[in-house]
Amino acid sequence: MIRIEGLSHAIGGSPILHDIDLTLPEGGVTALIGPNGAGKSTLLSLIARLQKIQAGRITVGGQEVGRTSDRDLARTLAVMAQSTHVSARLSVADLVSFGRYPWHRGRPGAIDRDHVEQALTRFDLLALRHRFLDEISGGQRQRAFVAMAYAQDTPYLLLDEPLNNLDIAAARDLMGLVRDMADRDGRTVVIVLHDINYATGFADRLVVLKDGRIAAQGQPAQIVTEALLRDVFGTSATVETLQGRPYVVV
Amino acid sequence: MPRRLIALALLLALSAAAYILIDLKGPVAFILPYRLTKLAALMLVGVAIAVATVLFQTITGNRILTPSLMGFDALYVFVLTALVHTLGSVGFSALSPGVLFALNLTAMTALGLVLFGVLMRLARGDMVRLVLTGIVIGLLIRAITEFLQRLIDPNEFQTVQSLSFARFTQIDGVLLAVSAVAVIVGTGLAWHLRHRLDVLSLGQEAATGLGEPPASLHRLALLTICLLVAAATSLAGPLSSGGFGPASFFGLIVTAFAHMVTPTHRHAILLPCAALIGGIILIGGQLVMERLLDLATPLTVVIELIGGAVFLYLLLKRRAA
Repeated sequence: MIRIEGLSHAIGGSPILHDIDLTLPEGGVTALIGPNGAGKSTLLSLIARLQKIQAGRITVGGQEVGRTSDRDLARTLAVMAQSTHVSARLSVADLVSFGRYPWHRGRPGAIDRDHVEQALTRFDLLALRHRFLDEISGGQRQRAFVAMAYAQDTPYLLLDEPLNNLDIAAARDLMGLVRDMADRDGRTVVIVLHDINYATGFADRLVVLKDGRIAAQGQPAQIVTEALLRDVFGTSATVETLQGRPYVVV
Repeated sequence: MPRRLIALALLLALSAAAYILIDLKGPVAFILPYRLTKLAALMLVGVAIAVATVLFQTITGNRILTPSLMGFDALYVFVLTALVHTLGSVGFSALSPGVLFALNLTAMTALGLVLFGVLMRLARGDMVRLVLTGIVIGLLIRAITEFLQRLIDPNEFQTVQSLSFARFTQIDGVLLAVSAVAVIVGTGLAWHLRHRLDVLSLGQEAATGLGEPPASLHRLALLTICLLVAAATSLAGPLSSGGFGPASFFGLIVTAFAHMVTPTHRHAILLPCAALIGGIILIGGQLVMERLLDLATPLTVVIELIGGAVFLYLLLKRRAA
C-alpha cells in the first residue's frame, strides 16, 4: 500500500502540489493522469524519493520515504524515470543487470543472473542483449528500461511516462507487459500517462490531478466522463464506452 | 578485457625497466637511487591523475572534462604565490620541503573541498552548472594569482615561476613517501567506490532508484579527487604549462586511451586500465625525452601537444556524451 498524507511541494517558490492525501491499495495498475503541469510527475518522483519531500509523509509498503535507508527502499520500490539519459555506452544486458544492483551491490551471483535472464526473456530482449542502447529503437530502449525495473524484483513499480515518443505498436506492447506484471506477479504498478485512452484501456484505477490537487479518483468507468474532460482538461470531447471501458473520442 | 590489463601491466613494467637500465653507466650507486626515485614519482603522478580524472568524468558524466579544468592546477599556483607573497622569498626558501609539501597538500585539499562544497550548493546537483561555475572560478583564481604576482618583486616572482612548472628532476625522498601514502589512500578509496560509480553512469534518477543517491557519492568522489590531484601536483608541480595554459590534457589523454583500450562502463576495469596507461605515458614519455632526445623538450610540452590533438578529436569526432 502506498499512503500519502498532507503532501505539499513547491519548486522555485511556485507551488506544485497542495496538501495531497492519497492511498493506493496493493496490486493492480494505477494511472496518474491530468493536464500538463498538474503535478503528476512531481508526485511520482516524490514517492520514488527522486526529489526531497518538503511537507507531508509518504509510506510505501510500510516504509517511510526519506527515513528508510536507500538500500532497503531500492528493494521495495523500482522506478523508471522520465529522462533515461545514460552517459556510458551500455548494452541491453548491462542495463538490465543494473536492476539487480540493490540486491548484490556490485557482486552479482547466480540468482541475479537468473533474474536478468528471466527479464530479458520476458521482455523479448534476448536477441538484442548485446546491442548497445544507442543502436536500438526508442520502443526497444523503453522496453529495456522497464525490464531493468522488472529485474529489480520489487513489489512496487513506478513508471513515469514510459510511452513517450512510442508508436502505437510499441506503446500497446509495453502496456501489455506492464499489465502482465500486475496480473501475473502481483506487482503494484503506478504509472504516469499522458494519453487518457491508454489509461482507461489498461489501468484498474485512475488518479486525476489538476493544479496540484486530486480532482478525481476511482475506476475508469466511473470517473472518465465528459464533465471531467471539460472541468479538468478544459476540452469538450465525447466519451464512448467499449467493452466496459470508457474511451475519449479524439 | 583482463588480458588487455595484463598486456598494459607488462608494457608498464617494460618501460620502467628500460627507464632504469638504459644507459646505466658511471657511478651506479649514485644513478640507481636517483632513477628509482624519479621513476616512483612519475608512477605516482601518472596513477593519481589518471584515477582522479576517471572519477571526475564519471561524476560529471562527461568525457572531455578534467579536474584541472575546474581550477585545480590554478589552486596550486595560488597557494604557492600566496605563500611567497606573505613570507617573502627568503622566508619561503627557509621552509623545509616537507613542510611546504604538507602546506600545499592541506591547502589544496581544503580549498578544493570548500570550492566544491560551495559549488555543489550553488549548482544543487546540476552538474553542468557545477562545471561551468567551476571553470569561471578557476579563471578567478588564476586572475587573483596573477594579481598577487604583480604585487611581489621580480625575484620572488621567479621563485614562483620556477616552482609552478612540472618537474621530475629534483625530488625529495620524504615528499615521495608522503605523497605515496596520499596516492595509495586515494586510489584505495576510488577502488572501494568502483561498483557504486558504475551505477552513476545511469544518470541521477536511475541511480537514486537503485538505492545509490548521487549526492553522497559525489562528495566522496570529490574528496578522493582533491586528495589525488593535490598529492600529484604538490609532488611535481601542475602538469599544465605553469597552471596558466588551458586545462592539463594529461588526464584527458589517459582516459581517452583507457576508453579505447577497454571500452566498458565498469570501474573495476576502467580504473586499473587508466592507472596503467597513466604510468606508461609518463614513464615512457620521460624515457623518450631523457634518453632519446637528451631532454631537448620538456615532457609537458609534448603532453600538451598530443593532448590538444586528442581534445580536438574528442570534441569534433565523437562529442562523447
